[in-house]
Amino acid sequence: MPFIANTDEQRRQMLADIGVANAEDLFADIPPELRCGDLNLPAGLTEQEVRYRMQALANRNRTGMVSFLGGGFYDHFIPAALDALVTRSEFYTAYTPYQPEISQGTLQAIYEYQSVMCRLTGMDAGNASLYDGGTAIYEAIMMALRITGRRRVIVDDSLNPIYRKMVRSYTTNLGIDLIETPSFEGLPDRARIEQELNKDTAAVIVQNPNFFGRIDDLSDVAELAHRHGALLVMSVYPIALGILKTPGEMGADIVVGEGQSLGMPVSFGGPYLGFMTTREKYVRKMPGRIVGRTVDAQGRSGFVLTLQAREQHIRREKAMSNICSNEGLCALTSLIFLSLLGKEGLPELAQVCADKASYARKRLLEVPGVTMRFPNKWYFNEFVLNLPMPADRVTRELLNRGIAAGFPLGRYWPEMTNCLLVAVTEKRTKQDIDFLAHALEVILCS
Amino acid sequence: MIPQGLLYTNEHEWVKLDGAVGTVGITDHAQSALGDITFVELPPAGKALSKGDEACVVESCKAAASVYTPADGSVTEGNAAVDEDPSLVNSDPYGQGWLYKIAFTDAGALAGLMNAEQYAQFLEEQEH
Repeated sequence: MPFIANTDEQRRQMLADIGVANAEDLFADIPPELRCGDLNLPAGLTEQEVRYRMQALANRNRTGMVSFLGGGFYDHFIPAALDALVTRSEFYTAYTPYQPEISQGTLQAIYEYQSVMCRLTGMDAGNASLYDGGTAIYEAIMMALRITGRRRVIVDDSLNPIYRKMVRSYTTNLGIDLIETPSFEGLPDRARIEQELNKDTAAVIVQNPNFFGRIDDLSDVAELAHRHGALLVMSVYPIALGILKTPGEMGADIVVGEGQSLGMPVSFGGPYLGFMTTREKYVRKMPGRIVGRTVDAQGRSGFVLTLQAREQHIRREKAMSNICSNEGLCALTSLIFLSLLGKEGLPELAQVCADKASYARKRLLEVPGVTMRFPNKWYFNEFVLNLPMPADRVTRELLNRGIAAGFPLGRYWPEMTNCLLVAVTEKRTKQDIDFLAHALEVILCS
Repeated sequence: MIPQGLLYTNEHEWVKLDGAVGTVGITDHAQSALGDITFVELPPAGKALSKGDEACVVESCKAAASVYTPADGSVTEGNAAVDEDPSLVNSDPYGQGWLYKIAFTDAGALAGLMNAEQYAQFLEEQEH
């Protein structure tokens, strides 16, 4: 089947019209070393062959595992009602339409999504979504630079290492002075942060609960940052906000996070959801689309895209960002998820996760040789264990027993080779936890 | 009606010179082209600007325009009244709707700007 509609004759005419001998000449300006050359693709397959091939690949996924994996992405229960609603054809597109105001339903959903994100984080205004938790931090950094006119950014290293890596890649060529401060006992090191703060500092970036699962009142870090005219950017795990003090109460200026835990399955490559909320005074410097509520000429309530002059279709190269509404469907998913839980359900869910994690911690510490890496007085649903042998060896063994036991921290912290990050959600039963503890004991004692 | 005694730029800004300090705004033509102005981002006092730098951003419902610096200098004041009520730029562009004041390093650098007649002619040429 020809996927390019125009014929050889039409192509010949077009080339003749613009005075070029062949299509290859159109790419003459691209240096040869930047051309991809021969793609070395195999011969085509039939639809049936492709389907077999994809099925064979899919069969290699191990979906029946008991998972204690976390590290920023969490295995929460997804109610059936969610899929039924989110796949309705009225909603089933990623984007805000190009004539947005004609789609009042889409705009209302985004407006409600923004509102729940503000309620959850304790902030004034939110945007219509970003790509994911990592790019949301990059966008928050750029926003802090615009607000302060400064170029220095301090990142606490208990921020998700994947996010730190993303931030480093995104900012490599932007002339930003990016400082990573080592955490102390698994918490942001206030003294180090204070040392690095100066009049050029735009923002301090922290995470709560942080990558080690520790929870922290970061109000004093906000105060430190503000004393130097810098902003506090906080990345959060939205489920945890069901029971934790909000970033707003702690004095954060920009709050971002990964929204996957709000009704999206854990899957390699997403799609995921970045969210962002901020103080009202910074709203004009916020990236992305914003839906506002207004009244029409007859006083009837309605929704519009607002503050559009910040955006790429008007501001061109001076726009706050080129982000649009790519994750619109994921934003809707998170809204439906939170609506199904309700204002009592979310704290309840958060409490169940915390309680189960508490049981898992107690149970796993009974295994000989297992200790806590940090004096975790306060944690949410994730914690770091010290094992008597390299954690990646243990996880490999446990995989053979059908358990994804957690994330070995040696991959990002060489001094933590024996450390395992374990996450527990409401989906893990007492049996699952006992099964993990038993299997761990067998491996460690053999 | 283009006021006498002001200097005009190609980018439709006006400058009123008082010694070495200039008051800067956008012209009636500019405000009318932008439509209802909803927000003005003003430069903070003390900000050093070089000729051609973006000094302000004027936003209307569906457009945003940069206001450029006519010559090197340092901002002495942004118009708080416009911050409060951006529509002043529409209703009184040459008066209450001024944007910022700047102490020029060398006011002589404004010599290339247009006077009222030249600006009127410039607008006419742009029309064609």
